[in-house]
Amino acid sequence: MGYEPQKDFGTPASRSSDMVTLTIDGRDVTVPAGTSVMRAAAEAGGEIPKLCATDNVKAFGSCRLCLVEVEGMRGTPASCTTPVMPGMKVKTQTPKLDKLRRGVMELYISDHPLDCLTCSANNDCELQDQAANVGLRDVRYGYEGANHLGKAKDESNPYFAFDSSKCIVCSRCVRACDEVQGTFALTVDGRGFASVISAGQKEDNFLGSECVSCGACVQACPTAALNEKSVIEIGKPERSVLTTCAYCGVGCTFRAEMRGEQLVRMIPNKDGKANHGHSCVKGRFAWGYANHADRILKPMIREKIDQPWREVSWDEAIGFAAAKIQAIKAESGPRALGGITSSRCTNEETFLVQKLIRAGFGANNVDTCARVCHSPTGFGLSNAFGTSAGTQDFDSVEDVDVFIVIGANPTDAHPVFGSRMKQRLRQGAKMIVIDPRKIDLVKSAHIQADHHLPLQPGTNVAVLTSLAHVIVTEGLADEAFIRERCDWDEYQDWARFVSDAKHSPEFLEPVTKVPAQTVREAARLYATGGNGAIYYGLGVTEHSQGSSTVMAIANLAMCTGNIGRRGVGVNPLRGQNNVQGACDMGSFPHELSGYRHISNADARALFEADWGVTLDAEPGLRIPNMLDAALDGSFRAIYIQGEDILQSDPDTHHVAAGLAAMDCVIVHDLFLNETANYAHVFLPGSTFLEKDGTFTNAERRIQPVQQVMEPANGYADWQITQMLANAIGCDWNYGHPSEILAEIARLTPTFSGVTWERVVSGEPLQWPVNEKAPQGSPIMHVDGFVRGKGKFMVTEYVPTDERTGPRFPLLLTTGRILSQYNVGAQTRRTGNQVWHDEDILEMHPTDAENRGLKTGDFARLASRSGETTLRVLVTEKVAPGVVYTTFHHPSTQANVVTTDNSDWATNCPEYKVTAVQVTPSNGPSEWQTEYADLTAMARRIETMEPAE
Amino acid sequence: MDVNKLSRMANQIAANFAAQGEEKAVAETALHIWKFWDPRMKAAIYADDLGDLSPIAKAAILKLKAEAAAA
Repeated sequence: MGYEPQKDFGTPASRSSDMVTLTIDGRDVTVPAGTSVMRAAAEAGGEIPKLCATDNVKAFGSCRLCLVEVEGMRGTPASCTTPVMPGMKVKTQTPKLDKLRRGVMELYISDHPLDCLTCSANNDCELQDQAANVGLRDVRYGYEGANHLGKAKDESNPYFAFDSSKCIVCSRCVRACDEVQGTFALTVDGRGFASVISAGQKEDNFLGSECVSCGACVQACPTAALNEKSVIEIGKPERSVLTTCAYCGVGCTFRAEMRGEQLVRMIPNKDGKANHGHSCVKGRFAWGYANHADRILKPMIREKIDQPWREVSWDEAIGFAAAKIQAIKAESGPRALGGITSSRCTNEETFLVQKLIRAGFGANNVDTCARVCHSPTGFGLSNAFGTSAGTQDFDSVEDVDVFIVIGANPTDAHPVFGSRMKQRLRQGAKMIVIDPRKIDLVKSAHIQADHHLPLQPGTNVAVLTSLAHVIVTEGLADEAFIRERCDWDEYQDWARFVSDAKHSPEFLEPVTKVPAQTVREAARLYATGGNGAIYYGLGVTEHSQGSSTVMAIANLAMCTGNIGRRGVGVNPLRGQNNVQGACDMGSFPHELSGYRHISNADARALFEADWGVTLDAEPGLRIPNMLDAALDGSFRAIYIQGEDILQSDPDTHHVAAGLAAMDCVIVHDLFLNETANYAHVFLPGSTFLEKDGTFTNAERRIQPVQQVMEPANGYADWQITQMLANAIGCDWNYGHPSEILAEIARLTPTFSGVTWERVVSGEPLQWPVNEKAPQGSPIMHVDGFVRGKGKFMVTEYVPTDERTGPRFPLLLTTGRILSQYNVGAQTRRTGNQVWHDEDILEMHPTDAENRGLKTGDFARLASRSGETTLRVLVTEKVAPGVVYTTFHHPSTQANVVTTDNSDWATNCPEYKVTAVQVTPSNGPSEWQTEYADLTAMARRIETMEPAE
Repeated sequence: MDVNKLSRMANQIAANFAAQGEEKAVAETALHIWKFWDPRMKAAIYADDLGDLSPIAKAAILKLKAEAAAA
């Protein structure tokens, strides 16, 4: 598409199904009841002048520019605040209105800089447009009077500037911050002529305020008062391309607005089904990594990891890698080879990597980063419902009456959806938070959870079973639903199990540390409060009982009948952009795409016929098993696309030892990541801006990724995988990812109705998309569970082996924050560093005082696995006995401390429970020092002698 | 493969099925290992003396081992 801002209808759409017909400027217009006159005119193709109205916030009626005349109505009402009525006759353009509007515009312009030609919003400014629309030719008041033109700019935010002199105090930014984002960081300070937009207190600037830099205010601003610095620097975009964000699993779609091949800005797509025009600081602004100087653009090889890298041609690098793979295969057989697909890459790229491993290498040793995040979701929900995915679409949030948020921090990790949750809470929905930390959903601006269950880390199953105990023993279970939809015998077994007194909140309180009465009240609220929806994250899955917790969640939803309609369900909040897709594409070692076990001869035969190979019928190794097998010499080569296991996976010492033991490590990435320190081949990757394909978000929505610029490294990632495949003897001839998607659809029943054309046309496609559901499936299990009858699973609480004691008396739990993403490879190379340039250890005041630690002090964090040092933040966000940190920075390497404990069913690491000790420190740990030396050595790139 | 680690994994699986009763727990544990363990992992634990295994885990491994031998 060419550059054209998305149409602004002025006020939000009405959801009413009742229609109203009125007349606007002599034309009959039919719109839903509750629509404003302004929107009705816009939907009919007209345009009533406006300044304070925009369609993602409620009407405000302050600018007085959108006045209209209505037959039979006194005066000139504001069209934004006037709802349509049957038979209403509206005139939007009369001499009287012209005069009034010009008068209003004169006042605005009399206090506005007349620097349009040099203004960053020139030709993209609503004030300029409206001055033109109302025919303003003169300002009778002159420009010499009192004004705001001398105001200083606030350039503190790394991504946008606030120029108060260009502000018309329409308050669109304030309302966007309140209504869309829900942070309430902005306000109109002062009254009358003294009114100015302020970020918090007078002394605050944007950076120092509570602003989360989501960009909603910038998006809402009708002038250049709030403008992207990239626009100020580059100028107005000339075209835009619709694509999907490559950060979290919400899957916001954006218009990548371009000048030539230069990205000017990312504008959230108002038609985006997951984000509805909203964004967060990462997707909106943190794309600078794509052009960062650290990016590696040439392939590199080395025989041994203590040698410097040598830049080579693509042919040489691919040939070098292929020769090593073939030699190892000849010596040790195909099961000595494997690979890891990336949840950051497209479905098509992920599908190709697993195909390369299975069909090219000849082994099923393929895994993905979901191993360390949501593998228990796949296992648990597949067992309970028959499908390895969440049950709802995001829009379902609009009908939730009672939320349970467990082990998730949506306002940090899934911020756009977090904002929608906050909107629903402000409308009156109830909230139960189950989390060791006081996350923002427990209490923040204008929201407060009804119940916070601050459980002891590692006791999720105990808490959920005690909730079930209350529901069943107090007769709150939905027996009609259970009898109709679930296996009744299994329910009775489960009901007997949870009813046992040893699962009562009172009995378990010493274990969970949650007051029994709070558990009882929360259970009653969830079971009786209307539509109950459970949202969960990695605080559920990354435990030794991650899979049991997922099944316990499914049990709760089934026993209360909260499945199969809007406003309810079980909703895993996926960490990375394409975790769902990577899992769907057959990235796990035991299953083919569409979650069919590798032992299924029929499924295997389908792939064998299509690919022309014989597949191994035995499951392959998971990532931690690959590392174990490397140490015994039976696993020798790995191809890793877009994943940094050295930083992201637990027990760093073990990961390092496993990688160091391999004969061939091929890293395919944007940057020389930490894993690349142990690599023999580096294949430079392409960013999401440089390729076509699809991502599947947490609501199973398949969305387009579209190339906006040529790959700086020369090739899209799917092309690189294809080159490697062909070098080891495959005969692949994909010319475009659409051909790969066609193969996926051909081989995957849940994707059989998906085509590239449908995806790029913007069709809302949530799998399954097939003959039974040609338009996709926003809500699952509507008339029955995919597996037939819903399965209640007995989930006994089995305490983790990880125990506190005299040596390690505290529990460490790790997580994420808003401004950084996963291992930080992308966000650390953006302006987001200003908010978080190091991992910080959160510690309760009592624990800190006992150790003589203050905020800002360096502390040694040690476990039985290893130790690191980092700064302390003393805060009551964490409970006594619990400490918390992130893993975004390789200089900290928080995973040196985490252990090899993992989920019993999936080996998902137990990141959330590590027994640790914290002591004052005055320098880096031995590991940090050694690792810094190793990194410096491993990242040397040989300087080539110039030719004679 | 590190058989101590494999034994720990098998015990963990068995512990999580234990509440279903011994017979069912043995069957579920065996099925789980059959479905998710790579052949070298299975081979390594079959070759072990199983001394570190819980009764359910041990019975599951013996069941799998017998089935593998019969196949």
